[in-house]
Amino acid sequence: MSVSVLGIRHHGPGSARSLRDELERLKPDIVLIEGPPEADALAGLAADPDLRPPVALLAHVPGEPARAAFWPFAEFSPEWQAIRHAVRTGVPVRFCDLPAAHGLALDRDGSPDGPADGDPGEGGPGAVAPAVPVDPIAALARAAGYDDPERWWEDAVEHRGDTPFEVIAEAMAAVRDGHVPDAREARREAYMRRTIRRAVKEGFERIAVVCGAWHVPALTGVPGGGGAWGAGLPPVKADDALLRGLPKVKAEITWVPWTYGRLASWSGYGAGVTSPGWYHHLFASADRPVERWLAAAAGVLRDEGLPVSSAHVIEAVRLAGSLAVLRGRPLAGLAEVTEAARAVLCEGDDLPVELIRRRMAVGERLGHVPDSTPMVPLQRHLREEQRRLRLKPEALDRELDLDLRKPLDLDRSGLLHRLRLLGVDWGVPARSRGKGTFRESWTLAWRPEFDVDLIGAGAWGTTVPAAASARARDLADGGPGSGRGSLADLTGLVERCLLADLPDALPYVLDALAARAALDNDVTHLMAALPAMVRARRYGDVRGTPAEGLTAIVDALLTRICVGLGAAVTGLDDDAARDLLRHIDEVHAAVALLDDGPAGGVSGDETPRGRWTAALRGLSGRSGLHGLIEGRLTRILLDAGDLDDAEAGRRMALSMSAGHPPARAAAWIEGFLSGGGLLLVHDARLLGLVDGWLAGLAPETFVDVLPLLRRTFGAFAAPERRSIGSRVRALGTRETAAAAADEIDEARAAAAVRTVLALLGRTETP
Amino acid sequence: MTTVLRAHAEDQFADELEILAKDDDRPRPPGWKLSPWAVTTYVMGDGEAVTPKYIGPRRIVEVAVATLATDRALLLLGVPGTAKTWLSEHLAAAISGDSTLLVQGTAGTAEEAVRYGWNYARLLAEGPSREAITPSPVMRAMAEGRIARVEELTRMPSDVQDALITVLSEKTLPIPELNEEVQAARGFNVIATANDRDRGVNELSSALRRRFNTVVLPVPATAEEEVDIVSRRVEQLGRSLELPETLTGLAEIRRVVTVFRELRAGVTEDGRTKVKSPSGTLSTAEAISVLTNGIALAAHFGDGVLRPSDVAAGIVGAVVQDPVSDRVVWREYLETVVREREDWRDFYRACRDAD
Repeated sequence: MSVSVLGIRHHGPGSARSLRDELERLKPDIVLIEGPPEADALAGLAADPDLRPPVALLAHVPGEPARAAFWPFAEFSPEWQAIRHAVRTGVPVRFCDLPAAHGLALDRDGSPDGPADGDPGEGGPGAVAPAVPVDPIAALARAAGYDDPERWWEDAVEHRGDTPFEVIAEAMAAVRDGHVPDAREARREAYMRRTIRRAVKEGFERIAVVCGAWHVPALTGVPGGGGAWGAGLPPVKADDALLRGLPKVKAEITWVPWTYGRLASWSGYGAGVTSPGWYHHLFASADRPVERWLAAAAGVLRDEGLPVSSAHVIEAVRLAGSLAVLRGRPLAGLAEVTEAARAVLCEGDDLPVELIRRRMAVGERLGHVPDSTPMVPLQRHLREEQRRLRLKPEALDRELDLDLRKPLDLDRSGLLHRLRLLGVDWGVPARSRGKGTFRESWTLAWRPEFDVDLIGAGAWGTTVPAAASARARDLADGGPGSGRGSLADLTGLVERCLLADLPDALPYVLDALAARAALDNDVTHLMAALPAMVRARRYGDVRGTPAEGLTAIVDALLTRICVGLGAAVTGLDDDAARDLLRHIDEVHAAVALLDDGPAGGVSGDETPRGRWTAALRGLSGRSGLHGLIEGRLTRILLDAGDLDDAEAGRRMALSMSAGHPPARAAAWIEGFLSGGGLLLVHDARLLGLVDGWLAGLAPETFVDVLPLLRRTFGAFAAPERRSIGSRVRALGTRETAAAAADEIDEARAAAAVRTVLALLGRTETP
Repeated sequence: MTTVLRAHAEDQFADELEILAKDDDRPRPPGWKLSPWAVTTYVMGDGEAVTPKYIGPRRIVEVAVATLATDRALLLLGVPGTAKTWLSEHLAAAISGDSTLLVQGTAGTAEEAVRYGWNYARLLAEGPSREAITPSPVMRAMAEGRIARVEELTRMPSDVQDALITVLSEKTLPIPELNEEVQAARGFNVIATANDRDRGVNELSSALRRRFNTVVLPVPATAEEEVDIVSRRVEQLGRSLELPETLTGLAEIRRVVTVFRELRAGVTEDGRTKVKSPSGTLSTAEAISVLTNGIALAAHFGDGVLRPSDVAAGIVGAVVQDPVSDRVVWREYLETVVREREDWRDFYRACRDAD
């Protein structure tokens, strides 16, 4: 009987290779692997060619999908190689770590210091960030004079490819000397020992244990402490005492597809696999890794149309080699080949280097799980939600009307919106039939491929809201499928987040929006984005979504608009001016909805409205404005009380004067009157100015400006036009505007006044 | 004390080179005065006797030295003010002990500056001979096995640039008039510098480009690093220009550096707000000149203390290169970033006045 404890580095390709050779040599009749024992039954799936790494074991608590832990495996993970070896040779595989049922229960009970795990390649269950009290690899690396433990491990172990496992065990024993494992680590190691003991009792002859190098001393006892396994280890009784009465939850486990991108980015996993693609390469290519890597990099660059010759690759290989010598490394590592690629292949340009990093160093590999795999928690969560919200998936189209004032319908709407964010278009919004913002109509139809989409979306999270939040954040980053999000895309995304009720994702998306807005040079884009944001902020909406953060964005947007508007209004042709006018009107309407902020301590110019008015005031005095815009600005300022009637009259006279071409004067009038013609009814002086200008036009110029005037006045309501007409007639008879006041019949008006006052909620004036 | 305004690197730091050479027991490439390790130490400093010359990532210097050791030519690229020339001078001084073999690239640089010229008096008197040749710095570097430096490579006309191709690929310089050639001795190499912003002025031909390993010198990575560089240089410059003593608060230096960094990077230092970048480069060198200028103002016209108003005009001048688009960028920055900072009030007012 023999027990071989093989210490590995999680996701270390060199480790994986030596482990593979060692297992060939040992020919064990059982393989024990560090991992959740619940997965014992699932290990057999590794024989299925459809289970392709990167994949992860996912343990979760049914009904509490947020409580989950992942154990990712890549092709180059030693654990994966151990599983493959066992499956190939037909020997049983068991996982020997603390069961996930306990691990997840301990997480919930809040073991205060988390999985204190000295193992460098391991964060334990991903739900808790590991607090590492001592980093053994770093200690060894410091002893060897390296500042970066990763590089030391690469140099000392990975690049050798033949480091015997005894040496690692001895080194770890030295590092662990005097280390007292905390409760969680002690339990895990006790469980590992218990699993080994059971295997021994069951009569297995050659037992191979594959675990993180850190645990080796705890599983082998005193190195060279005499023939039989178990010498110098804690007794069975102590281990049993440790493992007695552990909290337990019901945990389920399954395989899920994983990606190299997530392997690289997944925080909480202490393995620090920043470059899975490079590790894969080291593992998959038997010889000349540097040459092969740089040749492949040249291939990537050529695919993008960058000219890279074989001579480049030769020089890059030479540079990588001499850099490695200069840095005293046995073989060029990722740092050296990246420098060489940058200096030679990419000619110092960082963009192609980033391309190589993304395509090769991280890699875009996506794992795959066979159809026989148990269901992922996202599906399960959706199933529960469907039950809770009484929404049954049906293949046939079904119309659904929601009243968002009811909590049930509100939740339903949230679920459908979230699923749409995940690319599962179970419900498609239909045009709402009712009036009001609290109605929503959907067309529901469940299609079988949605299950596939859900498995794919499983990588985003384990519950629908969590996955949708992660997806929204990804979209905000310009993730796949969204392109480089434009400002409009991002405002759209903000709206979708509000609809889907994703308060976790919203701040992130808002940050992205703020960043994009800052870089956008086109003021009209900013102006187009503002009204929707103001509306969202002002009304929240029926959903009662908290929208903090929007205020800051709206404020920043407005500041940028005010600063940039000056440059945007000059040199416009008719179409551009009309376009900008629409934006100015929309922003003006939106600004009117903004609160004036805290009343005290802020002077008038500091409120949003004050700043906007100041910006417009600054513009309106400029020469060279398009007539349409100048007219409109004058009108806005007049309505805001910023200009008095006399000043408006002066400006009108100025722009009506003979120095301006008639077309511009007509445009001015259009801009000035586009808010309605009542002004002309009530201000006889302005009417007189228009009348005088019109009457003074030469016949042919009158014909020229007639279409413009027709458009302006045609937009007024018929009674307005009639009143203006009667005023114009009255102008001829010298009747003053004041006469208008005399025409009011007090008695007849009294009834209307009473009604208006009642509407305003005031009691009738005595 | 010498009377020269600026000493060569190998003279100024002769004692450091000597210390390094004495303790250097690593293998030296043929023709090198120091081993590659010692060259790297000379440039980066060792924290004791050897002062740091280049403050920045070590990997840049390592790639540069490794390149020169592989007999490939080195092209230092970067925006103006990122210490390209400075680094090339020190590399040449450390490797060859001689940083004077220099060709300055300009629009008017002729081929003779790269190959060789003729001493016409001798040419007429004696006919073509080796004695009648006036060697270029490149030719001398080849003959003596030293490092030749080419400054502002992309400012040279393309035909002059291409004269380097034979030199770099065949390591020989033919003299067809004499039916002879000069073969490079071991230790010869070329360090060229070129300006990122001038791309396209005289773009390198791909044949020449292929003979260089390119190293891009970055702008300083952290604010602390840049404050360090700026305050060092401002102090040195002030001393050599013999400006009267002024109280230069680190706070003011930090503020100028912060403004430059934020506008250059397009994001505030806390990473929370994006800002637009103006068209100018806003290099560290410009920050140094803004501060030196401000110190001169404070010393001669102010009360001897560097105040925001002394640097405000300089900053506005450095940022607003294009009067239309840059002014919008600057005003946006002023209104959205500077105004928000409580302790920058005086600076905000000074900038508003200078605008």
